[in-house]
Amino acid sequence: MTLYPAVMDLSPSDDAARIAQGIRRRVLAHVLANNGGYLSQACSSAELLAALYGQVLRLAPTDGALHPPAFESVPGPNAPRVSGGIFHGDPGPELDRLIISPAHYALVVYAALIEAGRLDEAALDQFNKDGSTVEMIGAEHSPGFETTTGSLAQALSTAGGIALGRRLKGESGRTFVFMSDGEFQEGQTWEAVQALAYYGLESVRVVVDVNRAQCDGPMDTVMTIEPLTTKLKAFGASAESVDGHDIASLNRALERPTGKPHFVLAYTDPVRGVPLMNNRRPVLHYVRFTSPEERKEYEDFYEQLLVNDSEVVG
Amino acid sequence: MNNRLDVEIVTRPHVENFIDWSEDKPEVLVLSADLTNSCEVGKWRDTYPERFFSMGMAEQNMLSFAAGLAREGFEPWLHTFAVFLYRRPLDQLQMSVAYPNLKVRLVGFLPGITTPGGVTHQAIDDVAVMRAIPNMTILETGDATEVESVLDVAHSIDGPVYIRMLRGEVPRLFPREEPFAFDRARILNVGGEDVGSPTDVVVLTSGILTEEAIRAIPALEASGVSVTHLHMSTLKPFTDPTVLTALTSARSAIVTMENHLTTGGLGSAVAEVMAENSISAPLHRIGLRDTYAHGASQSYLLGEYHLDAMALVRTIEQVLGRDLDIDESDLAEVRVAAVHSSAKVEAL
Repeated sequence: MTLYPAVMDLSPSDDAARIAQGIRRRVLAHVLANNGGYLSQACSSAELLAALYGQVLRLAPTDGALHPPAFESVPGPNAPRVSGGIFHGDPGPELDRLIISPAHYALVVYAALIEAGRLDEAALDQFNKDGSTVEMIGAEHSPGFETTTGSLAQALSTAGGIALGRRLKGESGRTFVFMSDGEFQEGQTWEAVQALAYYGLESVRVVVDVNRAQCDGPMDTVMTIEPLTTKLKAFGASAESVDGHDIASLNRALERPTGKPHFVLAYTDPVRGVPLMNNRRPVLHYVRFTSPEERKEYEDFYEQLLVNDSEVVG
Repeated sequence: MNNRLDVEIVTRPHVENFIDWSEDKPEVLVLSADLTNSCEVGKWRDTYPERFFSMGMAEQNMLSFAAGLAREGFEPWLHTFAVFLYRRPLDQLQMSVAYPNLKVRLVGFLPGITTPGGVTHQAIDDVAVMRAIPNMTILETGDATEVESVLDVAHSIDGPVYIRMLRGEVPRLFPREEPFAFDRARILNVGGEDVGSPTDVVVLTSGILTEEAIRAIPALEASGVSVTHLHMSTLKPFTDPTVLTALTSARSAIVTMENHLTTGGLGSAVAEVMAENSISAPLHRIGLRDTYAHGASQSYLLGEYHLDAMALVRTIEQVLGRDLDIDESDLAEVRVAAVHSSAKVEAL
């Protein structure tokens, strides 16, 4: 095995880089243990979530790595909502919020929370297990999730309402939204952008994993969304594209004040760090091993990854 | 006999009432989708501009946006035509608002055939759709008193509420001192000693069709038919024990009347109560029978689709198997609201 993931080149002293590395390692281990999972999403978004949790977000600390609560009930009369936002610490008027839109990135989000020291690493043992909140498609009771957004493109609108509500209450904290690029095929996303711009909600900062891959395959074979930066600017938002694997660029773009709702389009590689997945192109949305041989290749790769990690860290 | 139905007609009851009601409730916001004056909140907007948010013709975003505001402790009151609250943005209504059980108030105007706007504007399936949404409460207004007092009821509910709202010229059928009571039937007539006493027919009505039943019932009684009449303004939940008591008292038939499809609305709710309680009287549901409607006046459509006072008479004649010798002249006079009434900002 000679394919070394590019992320290995990053300085281990950089906490965000360490988080990104850990996200890939944990998700790959999980996919191996469960014979399947959303691996390409970890490859594309690892630096993006690492930049958020490691550098950008102003969140209150949690009381150590929290255990995920068992699932109690869906919300309803006499059944209060349980928020996965507790893993982001207690909210405060000056603090940031993070609303996660692509709920199928849940495994990646859980891995990021573990690396950020907010979620007990044993939580992944409960992933997709009956009675657990660590669900395969995150909902608002799942670690890191405040809203139920598995039906895509609703989170941006809800985040707009949250940001408007926070402005009415005089809060200064920002409202971040993590989105996937496929959501820009949905009409509601554009309704939301025009409303964010109309109400000048500059506290809304959106980072998009533009991995150009979706369920049916490469985005260009399904429905194109480009030119995304031009479209967003035409709708009255500010937008810039960055290398989604460059943590320093992500950090700079997310922090840059623009006076408008701001979209950081993080162009990413859906196989970054796990180049073996090139063999699975064009469909990368969900990995399930097709043969014992393929599985063995990924196991060997994972072993190599651990060796590299220990060498870098050691 | 040709009595005139002696009721006060209130012009735009929602306008001032909602402004007064909102004054001491800073958490109450209004979201509108380009139908602000049509939904009688133009003056509200001018009175509380800092609490009014125009969302444009973009209902999907409006529903999810409202969810965000509700999560921050506000109480958004969405004002638009009913069809635009549940048809186009149904997924957003379900996932953003209903699942998390948020205090979002959906004020839906133009229920059923109350508009000549035709099929695109006529909410004939809204109750059926909303009844299938967990956490949702459904309230329907039948007169000016209910238009005014539904606000307190909706405000008190810890979850999403859908209101079938009336506008323009609205009759006051119920005294002001008898406001909308949550999950409580209004007993408008009893065929015997009280609501549980045996009676020939039990009639349950909702919304604007209650007025039609009120027109017919004196003539039915004059023809020797005893009628117990309940007005239902809470359609979900549907658990008032008075309903069961009344249904049990029917000797010949139970009749429902709704400004809606006969599928999924009041008639279906009554059928469910009857089935679950082994009530064997025949049930006749007056409403739109598996059909869309079209653009025409309310009074024309009430006649065309057999939703009016005479439809109730004919249904009961059929049930009893005898001619009651009642014609239009025996019914209380029809109240015809002009299509181009000045109480509405447009002809819709």
